Amino acid sequence: MSFLLPCPNCGPRDVNEFAYQGEVTTRPKESPTLRELTSYLYFRRNVAGVQREWWYHRHGCQAWFQAERDTRTNEVLLTELPRAPEGEGAPGAGATPAVGENPAV
Amino acid sequence: MRLAEQPRELLDRTQPVSVLFRGSPVPAFAGDSIGSALYGAGQRVFSRSFKYHRPRGLLCCSGHCANCMMTVDGVPNVRVCVEPVRNGVRVEPQNVRGSLENDLMAVTDKVGGPFTPVGFYYRTMIRPRRLWPLYEKFLRNAAGLGAVDKHAGRTRRFDTENRQVDTLVIGGGTAGLAAAREAASRGEHVVLVDEGPEPVAGQPCEVLAPARAIGIYEGNLVPVDAGPTLVRFRAGRIVVATGALEQPLLFPGNDLVGVMLPGGVRRLVDLWSLRPGKRAVVIAADEGSLGIVDELARGGTEVARVVDLRSERLGRIVARGRRGHLVRVELDGERIDCDLLVASGGRQPAYSLLAQVGARVEYDANRGIFVPTDLPEGIEAVGAVTGDVGDAAVPAATYNGAGTKGKCFACICEDVTDKDVKRAIAEGFDSIELAKRYTTVTMGPCQGKLCHLPSIRLYARETEAPEAEIGTTTARPPWTPVSLGVLAGRPHEPAKRTSMHHRHKDLGAKVMWTGAWRRPHSYGDPPAEAKAVHDSLGVIDVSTLGKLIVRGPDAAAFLERLYPNRYGDMKADRIRYGVLGTDGGRIMDDGTIARLDEDTFYVTTTSTGADTVIEWFEWWNAVWHLDVDVTNVTGALAAVNVAGPNARELMRRLTDLDVSNEALSYLDARRTHVAGAPTLILRIGFVGELGYELHFPSPFGVHVLDAILEQGADLGVRPFGLEPQRILRLEKQHILVGQDTDSESNALSASMPWIVKWDKDDFVGKWSLEQVRERGIYERLVGFELADAIPGVPLEGGQVVIGGRPGGRITSARWSPELGRVIGMAWVPPALARDGAEFAIKMNGGVEKARVRLSPFFDPEGGHLRS
Repeated sequence: MSFLLPCPNCGPRDVNEFAYQGEVTTRPKESPTLRELTSYLYFRRNVAGVQREWWYHRHGCQAWFQAERDTRTNEVLLTELPRAPEGEGAPGAGATPAVGENPAV
Repeated sequence: MRLAEQPRELLDRTQPVSVLFRGSPVPAFAGDSIGSALYGAGQRVFSRSFKYHRPRGLLCCSGHCANCMMTVDGVPNVRVCVEPVRNGVRVEPQNVRGSLENDLMAVTDKVGGPFTPVGFYYRTMIRPRRLWPLYEKFLRNAAGLGAVDKHAGRTRRFDTENRQVDTLVIGGGTAGLAAAREAASRGEHVVLVDEGPEPVAGQPCEVLAPARAIGIYEGNLVPVDAGPTLVRFRAGRIVVATGALEQPLLFPGNDLVGVMLPGGVRRLVDLWSLRPGKRAVVIAADEGSLGIVDELARGGTEVARVVDLRSERLGRIVARGRRGHLVRVELDGERIDCDLLVASGGRQPAYSLLAQVGARVEYDANRGIFVPTDLPEGIEAVGAVTGDVGDAAVPAATYNGAGTKGKCFACICEDVTDKDVKRAIAEGFDSIELAKRYTTVTMGPCQGKLCHLPSIRLYARETEAPEAEIGTTTARPPWTPVSLGVLAGRPHEPAKRTSMHHRHKDLGAKVMWTGAWRRPHSYGDPPAEAKAVHDSLGVIDVSTLGKLIVRGPDAAAFLERLYPNRYGDMKADRIRYGVLGTDGGRIMDDGTIARLDEDTFYVTTTSTGADTVIEWFEWWNAVWHLDVDVTNVTGALAAVNVAGPNARELMRRLTDLDVSNEALSYLDARRTHVAGAPTLILRIGFVGELGYELHFPSPFGVHVLDAILEQGADLGVRPFGLEPQRILRLEKQHILVGQDTDSESNALSASMPWIVKWDKDDFVGKWSLEQVRERGIYERLVGFELADAIPGVPLEGGQVVIGGRPGGRITSARWSPELGRVIGMAWVPPALARDGAEFAIKMNGGVEKARVRLSPFFDPEGGHLRS
């Protein structure tokens, strides 16, 4: 893997400066069933195509941002800081994109 | 010995230097290569070949072929033809038994032929199987390149450099220079990479030389081997100007010492003012190669015969040698005595880098060369690499007439003869990719530079298929051989030290690694240090704890979402323990959280978890957008924990604050001055005794520690390290995340159900913990103790045995001097999680009995902590 990733703060930087944190997932709204919970925690779409995903500029500005990347070509179509949730967000409210099971390591 | 000064020579004749070749000094000048110095001193044999140990001499003089590889200052496989001389440099031949002139292994050339045909190692030496190690040892010694000195220390350092440029030009020939100049004139940032040794000076752009582009990778990444540094260029545009490579002709004896390519001869004369030979024959397929006649004349070499393959068709060329040195050439029966044969079959564009990035490679039947086309975006090619190599005759696949004796090499590096290729085809290796793998042609150090085209021509003739159909083998990086050190870069062993580190060493600390931190293991006597904490007073450096300030109107709400317990109801100046979990409910870190005021919390993490936790916090808030800031103050603040019955008396001496139990109770936090340093006092007790954790600016580290040791001298103060701390915390059954827990542990199984506040709306991990609560846990973390009389301490990670089968594992175990027995923690089936339950553990070569204890071994009521 070797490409440039445009950090929303720092501009195009070598991909080695970033930590990849997987697909952007959707956290269930409230009290999910076991099936909803496990698919949120463990199942990923794993698309061959454009995917929205999390990146962290670990060796740079240390910002979390989202990218749209074609997993087949590594072409990055878009990067942006995550948008604020719509409406007053009680914990877990709204179709808030959320991180998965794995800690940010 | 040297010619008169040549117009382009690189020598500085005012600066004589000396090369130590096999221990004897060889005179040279600054500007020489090691190869030119040896050649000037009369050395003609530079190496012994890979398989047959045939003598080999200079061939290309461009650092491409393997003929001049020697061990230089202990570094094997150095191409001495382009390696600059350094005064006193030690040069040794490699892959020889005896000397270059008399290599005992050369016997394989005389008698080994019938026994070592192509691929012989796939078919012979298979039985008996048990003898393979012997065979392998023999083969490895017999064939091969230089040996790495396993005992040599690190002699060189390598570095990696990352750079971005507008335009990267690879190759400093005429076309490359023009492209670089043109790009620079447009104001672009241009770097030109050239393999040297001829200087590329006076250019309006940066020149990196001698340096070699290893390949072109995704996203226009070009790693360049620039000696001790690997420069990773990321270029907007890449201009490939790698030129063309002279191709050898195939005829019997084409590897004899004295058979050279025109470019090699040109460099000997032009750059190093050497006489290449006494009497020469020239065979050339193009105009450029014929020009060598002028150099030979200037070099004082008599030219006996010139063959222009474009006008003169030869059927047969044979080079005859004596002891591996050329003495005569026979051209269709015409015998010419000579000691130099300059032979070239035309020039092949060096398209490899272009093919790596997806350019198509087409065969040009008129000129007998492969030409790159269809370059991808952002990649350009200029000069000879595009196929601009002029008119040339297409040489015959081989020039060995029927019945000619002598080996005719298709691949010089790997000692593959034309017969080997024919045999591979006869055996059914009917694709060029398969034949390449079977014969190893093009797989040697030159990476096909000198054998790719000739082997395809040979293949075409033998299979009667056109070259265009046969195609080429896949081009892959590295295009030039690279030493592993260049790829590995500088070894990074970052070490973090606290601001008190050197005082610990003064105090006799035994230092150990914990993650990237260097910490005192102990100060020589762990049991005594632990005892001092129980009996009087101890002090430990805990600066390594991760320290975060979480501040903002939403700070309390933020922490409530992240942790399973409550923070919103905390009063200022109070402390709570927190266990951080993932949304899968797994424990990832733990620490204490102090509320400093309405909007400000001071969060500590484990020593190795600081970076993970801050990333975790930021990640969630990237989604939540709560009004809160997280600041990492881990390095800015130092911390010590003073603990023991005398801790309050010590604090009384160090601060004006009222430190009575009523004024500063257990789990209170207070900001004040301690020993003059602005300090946050946290009254917590990881080690089980009355304790104060002091957090203050790092520069005060030694000052505060010294004050504690001085003021506490009559109170029996003693510094203690990690090992005694581990004993003390185990006595309290305080868990260490990562030691007692793993990636499957959750707060319920780790025996901390009290920390989960189920009535909270939501927190990270709540739903998973609810599932765990519903289905029950499979195992539980419990304390255990061994019956008093059992000697030894069980291994951490050791097995719990239940009914003769593995039923759990030990995570921590220590001898407690305070309790006088072995205590520990272990994961066991939930049915055993009751006081007094017994289970067996594997230790002392058998099993021993252990007893469960759910409450702390020491001070279960916590009276000491609260005293």
